[in-house]
Amino acid sequence: MTEEEWAAVRLSLLVATTATAASLPLGIGVAWLLARGRFWGKSLVDTLVHLPLIMPPVVTGYLLLLTFGRRTPIGAFLADELGIVLSFRWTGAALACAVMGFPLLVRAVRLSIEAVDSRLESAAGTLGANPLWVFATVTLPLSLPGVIAGAILCFAKAMGEFGATITFVSNIPGETQTLPSMIYTLTQVPGGDAGALRLTLISIAISMLALLGSELLARRIGPRRVAT
Amino acid sequence: MSFGVDIDHVREHFRLTARFSSAPGLTALFGRSGSGKSTLVDIIGGLIRPTRGRVAVDGQVLVDTDRGIFVPKHRRRIGYVFQDSRLFPHLSVRNNLLYGRWFAQNGGGASGDLAAIVELLGIGALLDRRPDSLSGGEKQRVAIGRALLAHPRLLLMDEPLASLDEARRAEILPYIERLRDEAGVPIVYVSHSVAEVARLATTVVVLSEGKVTAVGPVLDILPLADATDGGGVLDATVARHDEPFHLTVLASAAGELQVPQLAATVGTHVRAYIRARDVMISLRPPEEISALNVLPGRIVAIVASPNGAQADVRLDCNGATLMARLTAKSVQRLALAPGRPVFAVIKSVSFERS
Repeated sequence: MTEEEWAAVRLSLLVATTATAASLPLGIGVAWLLARGRFWGKSLVDTLVHLPLIMPPVVTGYLLLLTFGRRTPIGAFLADELGIVLSFRWTGAALACAVMGFPLLVRAVRLSIEAVDSRLESAAGTLGANPLWVFATVTLPLSLPGVIAGAILCFAKAMGEFGATITFVSNIPGETQTLPSMIYTLTQVPGGDAGALRLTLISIAISMLALLGSELLARRIGPRRVAT
Repeated sequence: MSFGVDIDHVREHFRLTARFSSAPGLTALFGRSGSGKSTLVDIIGGLIRPTRGRVAVDGQVLVDTDRGIFVPKHRRRIGYVFQDSRLFPHLSVRNNLLYGRWFAQNGGGASGDLAAIVELLGIGALLDRRPDSLSGGEKQRVAIGRALLAHPRLLLMDEPLASLDEARRAEILPYIERLRDEAGVPIVYVSHSVAEVARLATTVVVLSEGKVTAVGPVLDILPLADATDGGGVLDATVARHDEPFHLTVLASAAGELQVPQLAATVGTHVRAYIRARDVMISLRPPEEISALNVLPGRIVAIVASPNGAQADVRLDCNGATLMARLTAKSVQRLALAPGRPVFAVIKSVSFERS
């Protein structure tokens, strides 16, 4: 393994973890709204959330560039006021991965929340819990297996994200060159095959470990979500 | 403590109109399934928003559609015991019981509370168990405790015994009686069982097809309720036990009643529920008959069944109301009519311990 390859592995883990951690609270909130909320424009929100799943990743990346690029109003505001630069930085890679993983996360969490017996939620209400507390003490604990599954899906998607990332933040070694970008680069240069294969094996190992971890967690929590 | 309801609720093909106020103790909402009982408690508890009307508890208006008031369920301080216990499967029995305490504003003296309620309901041995390992009766007792520990000012119970078998019902009924007499929280109890209502209720609200048809003290109202196993209720005290024959003698306004032996001490107040179909009518005091209970009375009214085959004869036995269900033929043969003095005959073995 070369130092460059290790850097790509470390960067990918950082980007995927950041993307998952940032998506999780928002994803759970949106999933709750879609599962239990009744509001005007719900199907529009649903469509927007799912858009990255059905659009070509390159299009998503390009839209991110148009929205968050240095010279756009939003990009300039973030850079000047908050000191956050997204384009051509690892933070931008994390944003691209978060956007791409978001629909998978929301979908898993939403299904899990919908499976929670709503009669338990109204019982919690009669005991004095306001809707936010009901969510925190009943709905969320009971939908935890789905939250874990959604987080793992989001993490795996982020580890493998290529199209949107490379379009939005390019392929800069040490800054935005993630594992998939590095594998792609190695396949384009003579003599890169061995490196590409090494990274491929590491990629497979990380995915399998993530899946195994989620299985173990889900088994410990167990599927207890029906009123008894 | 009082509460008042005056609501109209319209759901597709169903209209519920209810207007009554309640006295302390246990108010039973009684009626057949589909009569609107559960909808009514859901409206009181805040699970359903009525189309129109007012609900007030303890002088506080919880719902007033004219003034746009709707207090959400978590701010009503109304406990709710559901037919399906709805215990939280991810929490231990102890944490289920303590759930409402997190939100009760006046949870002072809390640990003493838990001990008292655990003792009242006999659930001390269950505290560290998970809800899915409990029997149906145990679950319902925990659900009652959980509702009480949230310090409600009114307790709603929606057919809490309906999903249980006879033995489990008999296990829980005494706890509900203690609750009514000792906990000091008024209870609204939904039931379609005459026996349960006869045993537990202070006041009865009879619902039929979405309308309140009668409201009043249980002894007056229950004989009028339209039910296939209808009958009369006698307030009585245990007078003595007849040990050799395993009988207990009850003293009531209507006279002495001999029933299968009860496990209650002399002087205990009990209610005897006498099904109309267990009562015979005789014009003279019967002699050489096996039945042990013969109560003199006077016919108040005779109500024929819709197809005319049977009639419910309402009797006034020294102020207490008894019902007798007879065939139309018997009514004619004995020339029964309102005002006529008769004797009600009841076999002791027809009494069941509910």
